[in-house]
Amino acid sequence: MLHGLSELFNEYNVLAAFWMTIKLTVVAAIGALLIGTIIAIMRVSPVAVFRSFGAAYVTLIRNTPLTLIVFFCAFGFYITLQYRIGAQNSPIDVQNFRWGVLGLTIYHAAFVAEALRSGINSVPKGQVEAARAIGLGFGATLSNVVLPQAFRGAIAPLGNVLIALTKNTTVVATIGVAEASYLMKGMIEFRPDLIYAIFVIMATGFVILTLPVGIAFTTLSRRLAVRR
Amino acid sequence: MSAAVSVLFDAPGPKARRRHLIIAVVGSLGILAVLYLVISALAAKGQFTAAKWSPFLDPVTWTSYLLPGLRATLVAAFFSVILAIVCGILLGMGRLSEATPARWACGVFVEFFRAVPVLMMMLFAYYLFLFGFQISGEALPLLGVIAGLTFYNSCVIAELIRSGVGSLPRGQREAGLAIGLTPFATLRLVLLPQAITIMLPSIISQLVVILKDSALGFLILYPELVRSGQTLAALEGNLIPTFIVVAAIFIIINYGLTRLAQYLERRLQRRRRGPKMPEAEPLMSPSMAPGGALTAPSQA
Repeated sequence: MLHGLSELFNEYNVLAAFWMTIKLTVVAAIGALLIGTIIAIMRVSPVAVFRSFGAAYVTLIRNTPLTLIVFFCAFGFYITLQYRIGAQNSPIDVQNFRWGVLGLTIYHAAFVAEALRSGINSVPKGQVEAARAIGLGFGATLSNVVLPQAFRGAIAPLGNVLIALTKNTTVVATIGVAEASYLMKGMIEFRPDLIYAIFVIMATGFVILTLPVGIAFTTLSRRLAVRR
Repeated sequence: MSAAVSVLFDAPGPKARRRHLIIAVVGSLGILAVLYLVISALAAKGQFTAAKWSPFLDPVTWTSYLLPGLRATLVAAFFSVILAIVCGILLGMGRLSEATPARWACGVFVEFFRAVPVLMMMLFAYYLFLFGFQISGEALPLLGVIAGLTFYNSCVIAELIRSGVGSLPRGQREAGLAIGLTPFATLRLVLLPQAITIMLPSIISQLVVILKDSALGFLILYPELVRSGQTLAALEGNLIPTFIVVAAIFIIINYGLTRLAQYLERRLQRRRRGPKMPEAEPLMSPSMAPGGALTAPSQA
């Protein structure tokens, strides 16, 4: 087993694959946080059109498999319609990466919006009533009173979304981005004799990636919780 | 969600109503403009011609591609959900057991497999069946999908069961022990039935996750809905229309399941009495906030 492990590490660039996983996670997480926040604000806004749009976005995206969304981006927009993100002459693997990130962003934005909405729900009514009583409008109430508390209340669910996102980056293996599960498939196909060692390496990699995130977010959510 | 239940803003007066109307018109024009850009771009590439969509009027498209694909998706999800519930209850009981080794073993198992992506477990199971057990043919991808989904989701259900038991009043367990039941019998006869009832909405939400994740079977050549859709699209040259139809099928099924879960949650909330009260008053409609602590946000 130990011999097999060192052999695998010498033959395959396991760290590069996990570096790709981390890159996918970080870029998609930033995008999903931005879009998700906008969608969450839309869902509580006084304008009915925005509320329906936010609700429709969350309902449609949450009920579609991520695999399908990623395919839509990669096979639909990139291969079939020939759309490119960024430089027109960038190589195919860069384009696949960008479309993969876009798919991950679109999908997880819906979950970020739901996490934030649960955070907004955890803000007591009195806070909002007090804000309105001193004359703040919707925008000021939201940005100065509700959202700061909502983000602090939503840290635990946001952490769950980040962990799910880390694991879901494996889905872009289906469009050929060379991340962890893509490498794992190749490794098993060439070295079926070491299948257990390969699975242990790759699974442990994900435990190493997600476990500290889970612990950090649990600690943060406890430390930053608004005392009531 | 109607505006009436929100306290984030005052009931708008005539001036605010006019302002909201202007914002609404501008906003919807913006949304419509984006939609128009997407649709006209699709139309410019010839994605809305009759030739791309007419295959869906042909019964053969449905009988030989989409319906068999849907059936494969549902078969995989059905077996996975049954196995995941059975294994999940066993694992959950292990995590709640009095015996320390069993508690530890189940705890490590659950925490480890919850951290590993479903796709990796599917790949592992697929190649293990292929190389280790020499299974081949049509059953191989199905077994891979079911094994991957079962491993992951039984851990999720074990956690649901555990948090369900944790949310029960302490008196339930104490009463069971007081009338002379063993700890195991208390768990089996008193706590588990209540925990499963409380967690039923979350378990149904997990069914949505299982249905969506079955699409990962694409990578191990399981002929589920996305793969059979792609086969169809390769034949007809209408990838985007096919993906739109496949997405619509998924959305309809999953939306129905989500509504069922919401309905059950409301019913259970009406039935539940006593000490369980939501901590803070919700800002929006009351159906969303409580239970939030129990209902893990459904993730894929």
